[in-house]
Formats: sequence, C-alpha cells, structure tokens
Amino acid sequence: MQRTQSWELWVIAALLALGVIAPLLVYPVFLMKVLCFALFATAFNLLIGYVGLLSFGHAMFFGFAAYVAGHLAKVGTVSLPYWLPWLGWNWIVIAIPPLTPELAILGGTLVAALIGLIVGAIAIRRQGIYFAMVTLALAQMVFFLCVQAKFTGGEDGIQAIPRRPLLGVLDVAHDLSFYYVVLAIFCVGFFVIYRTIHSPFGQVLKAIRENEARAISLGYAVSRFKLIAFVISAALAGLAGATKAMVFQLASLTDVTWQMSGEVVLMTLVGGMGTVFGPAVGAAIIVYMQNYLAGFGEWVLVIQGAIFVVAVLIFRRGIVGELVALLKQRGPKAAEPAETIAEVEPAQ
Amino acid sequence: MFELIGVPPQALFGQLLLGLINGAFYALLSLGLAVIFGLMNVINFTHGAQYMMGAFAAWMLLTYAGVPYWGALVLAPVIIAGFGVLIERLFISRLYHLDHLYGLLLTFGLALIVEGLFRRQYGISGLPYTNPIPGGTNLGFMFLPWYRAWVVAFSLCVCLGTWFVIEKTQLGAYLRAATERPDLVQAFGINVPRMITLTYGFGVGLAALAGVLAAPIYSVNPVMGANLIIVVFAVVVIGGMGSIMGSIITGFGLGVIEGLTKVFYPEASNTVIFIIMAIVLMLRPQGLFGTAK
Repeated sequence: MQRTQSWELWVIAALLALGVIAPLLVYPVFLMKVLCFALFATAFNLLIGYVGLLSFGHAMFFGFAAYVAGHLAKVGTVSLPYWLPWLGWNWIVIAIPPLTPELAILGGTLVAALIGLIVGAIAIRRQGIYFAMVTLALAQMVFFLCVQAKFTGGEDGIQAIPRRPLLGVLDVAHDLSFYYVVLAIFCVGFFVIYRTIHSPFGQVLKAIRENEARAISLGYAVSRFKLIAFVISAALAGLAGATKAMVFQLASLTDVTWQMSGEVVLMTLVGGMGTVFGPAVGAAIIVYMQNYLAGFGEWVLVIQGAIFVVAVLIFRRGIVGELVALLKQRGPKAAEPAETIAEVEPAQ
Repeated sequence: MFELIGVPPQALFGQLLLGLINGAFYALLSLGLAVIFGLMNVINFTHGAQYMMGAFAAWMLLTYAGVPYWGALVLAPVIIAGFGVLIERLFISRLYHLDHLYGLLLTFGLALIVEGLFRRQYGISGLPYTNPIPGGTNLGFMFLPWYRAWVVAFSLCVCLGTWFVIEKTQLGAYLRAATERPDLVQAFGINVPRMITLTYGFGVGLAALAGVLAAPIYSVNPVMGANLIIVVFAVVVIGGMGSIMGSIITGFGLGVIEGLTKVFYPEASNTVIFIIMAIVLMLRPQGLFGTAK
C-alpha cells in the first residue's frame, strides 16, 4: 500500500496559504481562470496519468457543463426533446427558476457526469490510440450539438450570465469575493482527485495502467474501474467548466472545440503527466502564456504546437515530473517515483 | 417532375454525388492513415494539415509558378511527401521506442504549427482555385459536373491502385511482412527504417493528393484539414485499420450515407458519422473490417 507522502501535504498547505493571499498580489479574474484550468487539467490527468487513457475530447465535458450552468443561472427552465414514432419530436418542459451559482454549477457537473457515463461506456471499448480517436470524435459530435441546439445561443453563446448571491444570501457579484468561492471549489475538486489517486481504487487504476492483462487475471473488473475513473474525470472537468462559466459570466463555443481538448492535454504534458501537482502547474503556465501572447494572434497556435513538439521529444516527464526525478536522485528517501507513461514500452 | 421517396431527384442525386466526393476524400485520407499506422503504429494527426498543404501547394504552384492543375496533381503530392519524409526523419523516428500515444501528441503539435503558420499568412477566409474542367453534362435526372465525376473516378483508381500494390505485389508483400515482424524482415536484409520513411511519405502524399483534388471544389483554406481529420478518425474507427479494402469501402460508404442524411434529415448530417461510430463500437468494437487483437 502506498502511503500519502508527508511532503505532499506540506506542499498542499503552502499552496493553500498562497491561494488565500494571492488576490492581494494578482488580478483575481486571472487567478480564477488559472484555478478553473488547473482543476480541468487535474481531472484530465486522472485518466492519462493514472489509468493510461488519453482522452482527446475532454472539452465536451468542460464546455457543455459551462452551457448547462450558464443556462440554469440565466434562464432556469429546461426543455428536453424526445421522439416518438408518428408523433415526431416533442419537448418535456421542466419549469425551474433561474438558479443561484452553486446550484447552477452543481447542475453542470451532474450533466457532465452523465455525458461521461455515456461517452465512457462507448469509448472504453477501445484502448490506446483508438480511445483517443473515439473521444475526439464524440467530442466533435457534442460540438455540433452545441452549434445546433437552441439553448446554447449558437455563435453568440450564453452571455451576461447573472451571478446571484451564493446560497441566496452571500453576495458574490464582486470578483474578489467570488475568487474565494472558486478557490473552495478547486480545493474540493483537487481533494476528490487526490483521495481517488491515493485510495485502493487508485492503486487498481495504476495496476491497469501498468499491465491491463495482469489486472484482469487478478480478477479486477477492469472495464468498470475505467468507467468509474472516466465518470469522475468527466464530472470534475464539468465542475471546472461550469465554474469558468460563472467566473466570466459567459459560455461559448470556444470551450467545446477540439482545440480546447488539445489545450488541456498540453497543460498536463507540460506540467507532468501522472504527477499530483503537475497539471495545475502546467495550467498556470499555459494560461499565463496565453494572456501574455494574446496580442500575437495566430502565433499562439504555432507556439503551442512548438511546445507540444519540444515536450514530447525532450521533456516527457513535464516540469513537476523532472523536479521529482531530480529530488529522487539527490536523496534516497525523497519522493515517489516519477509516474509518467514515458518509460512504458509499447505492448506488442 | 417525378419524385423519389418524397425528394426531388435533382437534390437526391446531387447530394449523392457530393457524398461520393466526400467519401473519396475519406477513403484517400483513411487509406493513408491505415498504411502509416500499419507499419509505424503512429496515428498521424498531421494528416489533416498535410491535406491542407496539398491544396495550398496546388494553389501556390498555380499562383506563383504558373503550374496548371494537372502539373500540380503530380508535383504537389511529391513536394508534400518530401516534407513528410523530413518530418519522419527529424521527429517521429525518435519516438518509436515509446508509447504510441506520444506519436499522436507529437503529430498533433506539428499540425498546430502548420495550421498556425498558414492561418497567419493567409487568414481563414479561403482562396479560390479555378476549376480545371468546367462544364458538365445533363444526365436527364441530374446535372453532372465534369470535375466532380473526375474526382470520384480518379480517387477510386488511386485507392484501388494502392490496394493492388499492397496486396498483390512483391513490394506490398515486404510491407505487410514488416507490419507483422519488422525485426525478422530486417534480418532478411531489407532496410526497414527506409521502408518506414518511404511509407510515411507515401501516406502523406495520398493526403496531399486529396488536398489537390479538393482545391477546386472547396476553397483553399488553412482550416480545411483540421475539421476533416476528426471525421476521418471516426471513419477509421468504424472501418478498423486492419484492411486496405476495408478503408476504401468504409470511406466511400460513409460519404454516401452522409450525403443521404443531408437529403432526408439535414439536422443530423454533421453528426451521423459519429453516431454510426458509437453504434459500431457497441456492436463490434474492433471495427467493421478490423481484426480483434
């Protein structure tokens, strides 16, 4: 059994303290954006880093949850289409008043988990490269649904999403006060992933990553483990997306595109796949870079591509992965082994 | 005017032809992907970008060098294939000993670079390319533009030619053997690394050829490949990458199905291939022509 490393707890405590005082130093909206993407990347990392599944379609959870949360906060009422022979398409209308932020975010998260359940059930039927292609294709389908569905507002997206008082009482209209809400959401999401990784369940996931055939022969229902991990990852990606919609008071097509799926892969790769803190670090770096380079237009795409190439060719463990490896070389007692898929030989 | 199943035949056959043309592109691209994957175990995410580069190469050859369409049809795939060979030697060849996912990530990064550079240079509004064979013929039930007939016929010939080379010739036998046991084929004195490089170049050339064929139909656009490649991935998943003929049949078949969906239920035309993919995955996860591993 692997125990939680004490140094990890110290790092978490230090980061939490930093998170509390950070808005005194940095623009809160930027921090909230970083936190949302950090949660998104950490959720994504649960699959690639700990189960060895590369999802190339995580934007569908992130972006669709943003739409759902935005719609619930702005309009409320939900209309679900259904189809019957001879009657054709009809709508079930569920009258709901516009919701407070926490309920809207919860709604977005639940819908993302539901999509994760459906998509996961389809995608885990293939492995490796096929899994990546299947998730990418299904995400593109969700993208087209978002383009065509009425509630998403097409090219305009859902704009001016109101940020009502939290729980009906706490005023969070100001960015600084909402920052602490986002920080709390991030901590909850991060804790869920942290506990998942460090639980017996997480150990089984790693066993599947290292040797799926062996895990099956040991009697684990591998598909079920994969599906549960996929749903957790999807739900938390949805949590991140729904929160982002409340931060920017906007849900748009950008968050559902395949480019967004690629960005989260990039963040995780840069920070370090299969490390606890890596994806969050990578998210901070990429978001900072995007803000910094916003004026350069198409060059952002080129630079992101170049980072991908460099990271894959010479920097596969990512920043945190390299750091951990360095610490491990220095002192024999420090750190768990760098958990990247880099060293795994392809199974023939 | 008579009607077929409640749809005017002009619309039906028009969309059917468009579907066949899209199917031709799906077939050419998924064929290239399958050939590359078979030998290298790399899913070439740059494939869409290379398709786009093929179209741009044709446009540049015409605009800057005055090379007409027929010249570009030969030159552009060769040029882009050369570029592909360079990419394989410089980057992809360093990843063969690693997990296949890194090949996917690397080629994704390369695709972003290429697309970003072209978008910066040419914008995303698209450039026109003159139709080399204007006009057409009236078949009675529909109007058949010559160029579109040419695209379908020519790409079918290229696909079948590729199938013939891989399945029926000595060279193809080496290729198939190297797919199964590269070490053994190497031991028989065949230069497998060079074969891999040339195969990658060939797959890329097929993508570029599809790009040249597409140039007069769709405008030449930096984003033309990115959206197409995702559909082609779905096509590849549906067909399975085990068989060359399977790729061809699935490509054309899905193009036709997509065209028919545009006629009968236009709202689903963007998503129909993905829905088919989901159904196939539920019923036959290895793909229609794939072999269970």
